[in-house]
Amino acid sequence: MSETGLQAGTLWLREITRFCRQRSRVIGSFLQPLVFWILLGAGLKASFKPAGMPAGMNYFQYLYPGFIVLVLLFTAIFATISTVEDRREGFLQSVLVAPISRRTIVLGQALGATTLAWVPSCIFLVLAPLAGIRLTLGAVLFAASMMAVIAFALTCIGLLIAWKIESTQGFHAIMNLILIPIWLLSGAFWPVAGAPAAMQLTMRLNPLTYGMSALRASLYTGQTAGAASLPATLFAVAIAVAFALAMFALAVRTAEHATAF
Amino acid sequence: MSVSASPTPSDELSAPIDARADSQSASPTPAAEAAHVSFSYGDRTALDDVSFTIARGEIFGLLGPNGGGKTTLFKLISTLAPLQAGDVRILGCDLRHDTLALRRKLGVVFQHPSVDGKLTVAENLAHHGRLYGISGARLKARIAAMLDQLGLSARAGDLAETLSGGLKRRVELAKSLLHEPELLVLDEPSTGVDPAARREFLNYLAHLRDAGGVTIVLTTHYMEEAERCDRIGVLHQGRLVAIAPPGELKARVGGDVVVIVAREAAALSARINAQMGVATMMVDGTIRIERPRGHEFVRDVVEAFGAEIETVTFGKPTLEDVFVKLTGAAFHAGPPMAE
Repeated sequence: MSETGLQAGTLWLREITRFCRQRSRVIGSFLQPLVFWILLGAGLKASFKPAGMPAGMNYFQYLYPGFIVLVLLFTAIFATISTVEDRREGFLQSVLVAPISRRTIVLGQALGATTLAWVPSCIFLVLAPLAGIRLTLGAVLFAASMMAVIAFALTCIGLLIAWKIESTQGFHAIMNLILIPIWLLSGAFWPVAGAPAAMQLTMRLNPLTYGMSALRASLYTGQTAGAASLPATLFAVAIAVAFALAMFALAVRTAEHATAF
Repeated sequence: MSVSASPTPSDELSAPIDARADSQSASPTPAAEAAHVSFSYGDRTALDDVSFTIARGEIFGLLGPNGGGKTTLFKLISTLAPLQAGDVRILGCDLRHDTLALRRKLGVVFQHPSVDGKLTVAENLAHHGRLYGISGARLKARIAAMLDQLGLSARAGDLAETLSGGLKRRVELAKSLLHEPELLVLDEPSTGVDPAARREFLNYLAHLRDAGGVTIVLTTHYMEEAERCDRIGVLHQGRLVAIAPPGELKARVGGDVVVIVAREAAALSARINAQMGVATMMVDGTIRIERPRGHEFVRDVVEAFGAEIETVTFGKPTLEDVFVKLTGAAFHAGPPMAE
């Protein structure tokens, strides 16, 4: 194995080992979005039918992919938050003085956090029949790949912020101010097509909208009118992948310029 | 300062010759050379035109109160902070350009723990080794060797967070030595460690120097730690005010040190100066006097001013006295500055 691979691999393994030893994190990252989805979906299913929602679909089904992305968002962000304190008073200190490039550090961290976000979201995927969504093998593979791409992008956003700021309190503020709105405006709660014009524009400019669309498309494969109002699938996939790579590049740049104090 | 006048252990170590010039001629490439290094955080100057040379195989201590600049110097040497002004070569590598090459030869022990509490002792070492490109049989062998050397073998499978403070420090040391560095840099290594564990730690550092030829640079504000160094650099307000073996520094203080505490200290200081013809110094509200045959001076001063004096202490000079002599400031009374 190349030295870079060994280095990134060991950082990845550390994230996984730590996560598995903290049961509450494992359970929390999965249960919170599940509860939200069930309560919101069940409560709004009967009365709520946003404009632009594909025909033949209820709101419970519409919300389902949105909450898969919420699982990804929560886990990805909480897996990266340790970077803030770790680099001043923890494990990362010794990584920073090791013969390893910042790019490799970010790669190892991103792959670790992506894995941590991806596994619980796959468990969420098993619940698709609850939402009335029939999954084919192709749909599962497509959805799981899209979930990995979205997880990687969100993880890199988390790292980008974590390398930039000084305190975890700041991290929570940014999380509530930026990340949750990005999620809300990605089409998780309501379709782009039915939103007011100004919001539509914002939603179309939001890169996460495309990851969300691609995930929807993958889940509704084989369903009837599923993807009608969504952007073309291939286009959405391309934007989602490009977004993930761009966020990685930005996170690397931020880490390269970050000082240790 | 103490009233007892027993010699300190490092007196045997100190040679009257300039150890710096001596060790330089013995080894062609020094472990570290710094010339005119300055560093500032915004408009606060942390290091001001600092120059020094550290020979291979010596234990070099950076002594100073908090805010003196020693942690900044630690960050520069350990490649954590970028060099702003001046030139530094460590182990033949230019600090500005050969950072990656330098890091392979450098072992770093931080003041704050860098072990991951959620990982076992052995896992911590394994991750560390892989970051330095060590894997497979060699990694296993190095981990076993370090666990054995530091007496951690029995705890290899325990989570690091379950270890006592002293044992955690040993894991830090095991980590930093796993990749067989030529230079070990330690930031306040005995913070939060009890005196017995501190002595043991210092003994181990001396063993590393003697058996492995490892050069050791440590920052400290503990005098007893500084006493164990081959040479110390005294940092005060970002300036290196002296570099010498501890014994030589102590010899610079003239004879014994007498400290007088009095209610009207400043006035008394002036009167002692005028009546007895003795140079006095005010430090942190106390009167300090350096005298050969200090016990006779104590008798005389008590006879003359007994009513005004609250306490008199007298002793052989310590490094604390050296610091006071060099800077005119009390070692522990400086403004607490965050570094």
